[in-house]
Amino acid sequence: MHGGVSTAPLGVPPSRSALRETLSRVGTYTLRRVVVLLVTVVIGTYLAVLIANWGGEVDRMREAQCKEQAGMSLQADPLLQLLPPQERQRRYEQEVERCKTLQGLDRPFLQRSLEYLVDALTLSLGRANQLTSDSGSREVRNILLERLPATLLLFGTADLVLFFMAISLALFLSRQYGSFLDRVIVALAPTSTAPGWFYGIFLILIFAGLLHLLPFGGMVDIPPPTDTPAYATSVLRHLILPVAAIVIGSICLSIYSWRTFFLIYSSEDYVEMAKAKGLTSSMIQRRYILRPTLPPIITGFSFMLISLWQGAIILETVFNWPGLGRLLYSAIGSQDTPVIIGTVVIYGYLLALTVFVLDIVYALIDPRVKVGERGVGT
Amino acid sequence: MSAVLAGLRQLRHYPSALIGMTIVLSLLLLALLTVLTIPYSEAIRMWRGGEGVWDENPELARPTWFQLFSARKLPQTIIVDTRQGGKEIANQPDGTRIVNASLRFEFPYDELPSEVGLWLSTTHKETQPFVMLRWLKPNGQEIAFEERTPQGKDRYFLSRDERLRERLKARSIEEALFYEGTGSNARLLRGTYELAVEGILFEPDADLDARLVVYGKVHGIAGTDAQRRDLGVALLWGTPIALTFGLLAAVGTTVFSLTISAVGTWFGGRLDAIIQRITEVNAMLPGLTLLVMIGMFYSRSLWVMLLAIILLSMFSLGIKTYRAIFLSLKEAPYIEAARAYGAGSLRIVFRYMIPRVIPMLIPAFVTAIPGFVFLEASLSILGLGDPDIPTWGKLLSDAYANEALFKGHYYWVLEPAVLLMLTGMSFAMSGFALDRMFNPRLRTA
Repeated sequence: MHGGVSTAPLGVPPSRSALRETLSRVGTYTLRRVVVLLVTVVIGTYLAVLIANWGGEVDRMREAQCKEQAGMSLQADPLLQLLPPQERQRRYEQEVERCKTLQGLDRPFLQRSLEYLVDALTLSLGRANQLTSDSGSREVRNILLERLPATLLLFGTADLVLFFMAISLALFLSRQYGSFLDRVIVALAPTSTAPGWFYGIFLILIFAGLLHLLPFGGMVDIPPPTDTPAYATSVLRHLILPVAAIVIGSICLSIYSWRTFFLIYSSEDYVEMAKAKGLTSSMIQRRYILRPTLPPIITGFSFMLISLWQGAIILETVFNWPGLGRLLYSAIGSQDTPVIIGTVVIYGYLLALTVFVLDIVYALIDPRVKVGERGVGT
Repeated sequence: MSAVLAGLRQLRHYPSALIGMTIVLSLLLLALLTVLTIPYSEAIRMWRGGEGVWDENPELARPTWFQLFSARKLPQTIIVDTRQGGKEIANQPDGTRIVNASLRFEFPYDELPSEVGLWLSTTHKETQPFVMLRWLKPNGQEIAFEERTPQGKDRYFLSRDERLRERLKARSIEEALFYEGTGSNARLLRGTYELAVEGILFEPDADLDARLVVYGKVHGIAGTDAQRRDLGVALLWGTPIALTFGLLAAVGTTVFSLTISAVGTWFGGRLDAIIQRITEVNAMLPGLTLLVMIGMFYSRSLWVMLLAIILLSMFSLGIKTYRAIFLSLKEAPYIEAARAYGAGSLRIVFRYMIPRVIPMLIPAFVTAIPGFVFLEASLSILGLGDPDIPTWGKLLSDAYANEALFKGHYYWVLEPAVLLMLTGMSFAMSGFALDRMFNPRLRTA
């Protein structure tokens, strides 16, 4: 699958052709992943279109938009206002029909669903039924894109905190195997079955409700501070509890399973050898333990992030965080079909992008991708 | 049998498994008791509420055990009815009749009641009776209310009578009715209160009854919500529902995943490859948002959701793990023996391969249950919970919709949250411990 065995033996400085081969391998790998991820997004979106249209929901949405447009064009033309009501009604219906033909509502379902698929993938979902963006736009794309930064801020921060905290604590505990702290973490591993939002409720109760230390929710104070440092501080204060909730919801299990990984690898012969050579423990950890364990950890982390993203929907709702999850919640409340489909699509993209980024990291740290799978094994 | 006993003996070394299983068993017991004592239809009727079901419950009352943490004696709901006696009817010379009743009650508490309500019910044909009401405090002070002419069943919420409040110049009706003095000198009066009801009936067959409800601030074992519903009903019925939902979802997912991966591994080739690709794609699908769409456009029924969840999660990542096990099993001598005597493919898959791995999967299965219980709660919070069935998630979602945390109704959030936590933790603890027992490679703690 990777185009043959690497000819360059390990440890020899890479020649020009070897470098080219590495690049092409990494390139093939990346391309393969991109294709798989794109297929995933397309399938997810098509599923969303199918689910929505089985109940005729997308068709209704299109029809409503046609009617709205026809009504507006009728109102906008002062000359048409002078026509008798029957004539106006006739014109209106004509216009609706024309628009419906244009939108393909008279064509067979399969063909239409594929058109919807393309529209959904490009987020050209038209106008929302009720929701508007803060800037007043009713275009679904604008509404979605406006909410995206808030979600990215919250989850980017939380994921980074989670990853680095978990990995450093896991390394630390793997050296203290059997200690009190180690036992505590092992005992606490089951706490990760509860999602982050669940701990969010308790955090809000304690830190906002009882202690009044941090805000109940939202992203900035109301009214938002005008100068940049004050604004940043305010956002930071609002960020603490939701990030803490996400981290608490996943950290114990991550530490527990990664620590077990490290423990297994730290009893390998080559680690003993490194110890015998007198290398410092930090060097052993970095080069001999972390190096071989990171690829599987990255893979595991990428699947954890997928479930975290979905938990985001409820977490944002609980914390009133103005991101995509909160948007989905309001869209459910106001039965706003275009926005709901848009959210499914954008979540599909987000998941694929997350996995892709981690795939690249994986390619960078896993030697098997660089030198070919068979090159290492033999 | 001896294997089971040995397993149980081994369990002693895993205190977390013991704790977890004890909690799981008590939850199962609670679920069983609930189903036996409160019939399902009754629970649904009570939870739907509506006129007459919860009228005499206080609104947003704390659970009674909250009293333990409070130095002040919190009021319980007091109900006095003329049908319990104390009603006198006197015939008048002009053909009318006069009803005299006094609704008397003790009020020994340290806080004001939350509300005061009066139900007047009359039986008359044409002319409505005329009712005069007087409130007598323990200190002898008297407050006269406006006259009423009740029609059939008359519900008079004194607490919401704005005109009365203005006339009495009080901050609230309850203060006017239960305080002595005004302003900063005001204090709550304890003792015997009385509502004197005097009615004039204009018809010979007419009758009048009154029922006074002094709503408390604590109620039952679980308190009440903003619709006066007893949270206990939902907490109790939430138990069997959460357990059934979690178990069914876990069973469904595991059974389908197992079958799919066993069939795929056995037949191999293209089928196996397709299953592998579907699994990879499925792992990256935004499943929760798809569930949201199903809830939005089709049905919010718990059982439809269950089916959708199973469908979306049967191509789970578990398939990869099972596949690895099956691949090595496929080459095992006993499978070869089965083949040699001519067993068919399906027979081998279902009678030889799948049963062999089931014990290995029990830990993963047990650990998967809480995930589904929390998934139901997540859907409820998004407003996609089953509209009829009371679940813990519905309670959380109601509490959230009523800003319970912000307004300080902590019991409303904490009760379902603690039950969810107990369920989640107990299954997870048992599952993790079982995992360490069955997979000695991980036995590191």
